[in-house]
Amino acid sequence: MSGAEERGGPRYDVPLTVPGPDGEPARRNGHRRPTATAADPAPLEEPDTSADEPAASGPDDGATGGAVAAPGPAVADRPDHWDRKVAKGLAFLRRRLSGDYEVDEFGFDPDLTDAVFHPLLRVLYRDWFRTEVSGVEHVPDTGAGLVVGNHSGTVALDALVLSAALHDRHPMRRYLRLLGADLVFRMPVVSEIARKTGGTVACSPDAERLLGNGELVGVFPEGFKGVGKLYADRYKLQRFGRGGFVSAALRTGTPIVPVAIVGGEEIYPMLADIKPLARLLKLPYFPVTPTFPWLGPLGMVPLPSKWLIEFCPPIPTAHLRDSADDPLVVFNLADQVRETIQQTLHKLLERRPDPFGP
Amino acid sequence: MTPGGTSGAPGVVVVTGVGRYLGAHVAARLAADSRIDRVIGVDPAPNPEFADLLDGVERIRLDLDSLGGLLADLEVDAVVHLALVTAPDPQHGGRAAMKEQNIIGTMQLLAACQRAPRLRKLVVRSSTAAYGASFRDPAVFTEETEPREVPRGGFGRDILDIEGYVRGFRRRRPDVTATVLRFAPFIGSTADTTLTRYFAQPVVPTVFGRDPRLQFVHIDDALEVLHRSVAEEHPGTYNVAGPGVLSLSQAIRRAGRVAVPVLEPGLSGAVAIARSLGFGRYGLDQVDLFVHGRVVDTSRLEREYGFTPRSTAAAFDDFIRAHHGGVVVTRAQLATAEQLVLESIRQVRSTLRERP
Repeated sequence: MSGAEERGGPRYDVPLTVPGPDGEPARRNGHRRPTATAADPAPLEEPDTSADEPAASGPDDGATGGAVAAPGPAVADRPDHWDRKVAKGLAFLRRRLSGDYEVDEFGFDPDLTDAVFHPLLRVLYRDWFRTEVSGVEHVPDTGAGLVVGNHSGTVALDALVLSAALHDRHPMRRYLRLLGADLVFRMPVVSEIARKTGGTVACSPDAERLLGNGELVGVFPEGFKGVGKLYADRYKLQRFGRGGFVSAALRTGTPIVPVAIVGGEEIYPMLADIKPLARLLKLPYFPVTPTFPWLGPLGMVPLPSKWLIEFCPPIPTAHLRDSADDPLVVFNLADQVRETIQQTLHKLLERRPDPFGP
Repeated sequence: MTPGGTSGAPGVVVVTGVGRYLGAHVAARLAADSRIDRVIGVDPAPNPEFADLLDGVERIRLDLDSLGGLLADLEVDAVVHLALVTAPDPQHGGRAAMKEQNIIGTMQLLAACQRAPRLRKLVVRSSTAAYGASFRDPAVFTEETEPREVPRGGFGRDILDIEGYVRGFRRRRPDVTATVLRFAPFIGSTADTTLTRYFAQPVVPTVFGRDPRLQFVHIDDALEVLHRSVAEEHPGTYNVAGPGVLSLSQAIRRAGRVAVPVLEPGLSGAVAIARSLGFGRYGLDQVDLFVHGRVVDTSRLEREYGFTPRSTAAAFDDFIRAHHGGVVVTRAQLATAEQLVLESIRQVRSTLRERP
């Protein structure tokens, strides 16, 4: 479509808009705001959005509000708040039941993602993992971007946390379109959750199509080598495969934004990998953690580690568009991305001496 | 690429499969086009249902294997091959007859075309089933995407074979403009296909844990594209589908039907049993579609034909309007229910408040 034209402008000025590494936005973290409820969809950088909620309900129901205030002044506008919540929930239910929503060609369902998946993930990343996000300003506001991260954690929660946190913290509330292994799309239920939250199979046609449409795409080039590594190897970046993600970025002239995620390694510390069992179940690995499989379903609860996510300055690729098939350029760029992530990981780890700290 | 001298619409057109809905309507449309002199409809078994429609069409009762003489004698310029069977019909020989018709029929037709000296245009109906079904498939198929796995369903395999024969034909007769149209499933107020019958039921079986992305093409838009393929020059392969996507669950809800998820192995088994008992025309083609979904890129069609089919959602709406009989829940009912709940909450609250 018109994606190519739209991309033209922003692609070139992405490197120019990069402020210093200690730019002020997006440093405040949700977990310090005890007033915010779990289901509160207000963006976390804007403390005034929660303030205007009661303000908005005032003029709406002025008469009833006064009537309520008389018997119980302490909970003056709570019923109205809940009223609107109920009305919103019912409208959502009606929309879902009548099929009145849009799904894009990859199966992404923003309505369902916003109403169900992101609120759940918000509880996880904000309240359970106390995630701190920095460098969101490096993620382009418009147009395509390829976010490349380190993978970890036995269960790939890091991808989900990254997409929800980026959506909440980014000023343009951008969705991260994740590319997943085909194993994800082989499994019933899981495959549909992946598609509905904006994911698709990691293959170059899909990656290039999403980037061509000006979307923000998230990839984890380590794949299962990263998720399934032992706790002893934590925060050691694994091999980056053939660098297919670099080729996709080069072909579409998309800037690459490396991102380092600290905290994912401790959620399910993998002590051993029972390979015969994995082969039997056709899984890439079968993890043994301090809690799994000993505690059964309780072992599925992730340990509450402290998470730090840092987006690094984007690497422009527009000038390398013709080198998408040049293995030297591709490998060099992949190495550059890998090095950036590894160094940022070390930097973040120094900032977080205690993995389970506050 | 260069048709025999003259450009534009061909004089004499042969349409196969006029005993079926698609063939009959295409033949009628071509006959109504003043640029085309003669339209000849070929079918082994004439269908009285379409007799009125085919007034302007010369009908010849003929098997595809005796087509060779006809093409030469009548100085045919263009052939539109629509005589494909999409699902085995137990009353007409089942899968064996389907394969005979699809594969042997196409081979015979192409052999006849190869020997027709005046022929300069061939339009073949294909299907998006040509992309197969695999978990590693890209989300959107372009015309260049190669199938990663051969489909399990009979129709999908037939389509792959048919397209292979057309590729061979293109090599042998480069002077003929060959157009292959990969249609998404047809839908619309008048279409009657396996899929429209499926959505017309009040309770619709689906595959547990799978919500495939579907695309449809409105049957009228399919006719328009076929018409243009004959009247204009469009060599190559084209995806023909309505832009946009509906997920299966969404389509079922929009139609006001109720989905019943069935475990995949169970469904495949049930399909096999139903088929061997001789009822139900669902095949593994449908199961594969309902596991993997299928979305195609239609930008080449829009660019080359200057025509955009109505969107998948619009085409499906047209189908719903015509089949409102089996609706279980309507939108209006849902909206009323929503209002009722809100109203009752308000009432309960106000009564609680009035009580001191």
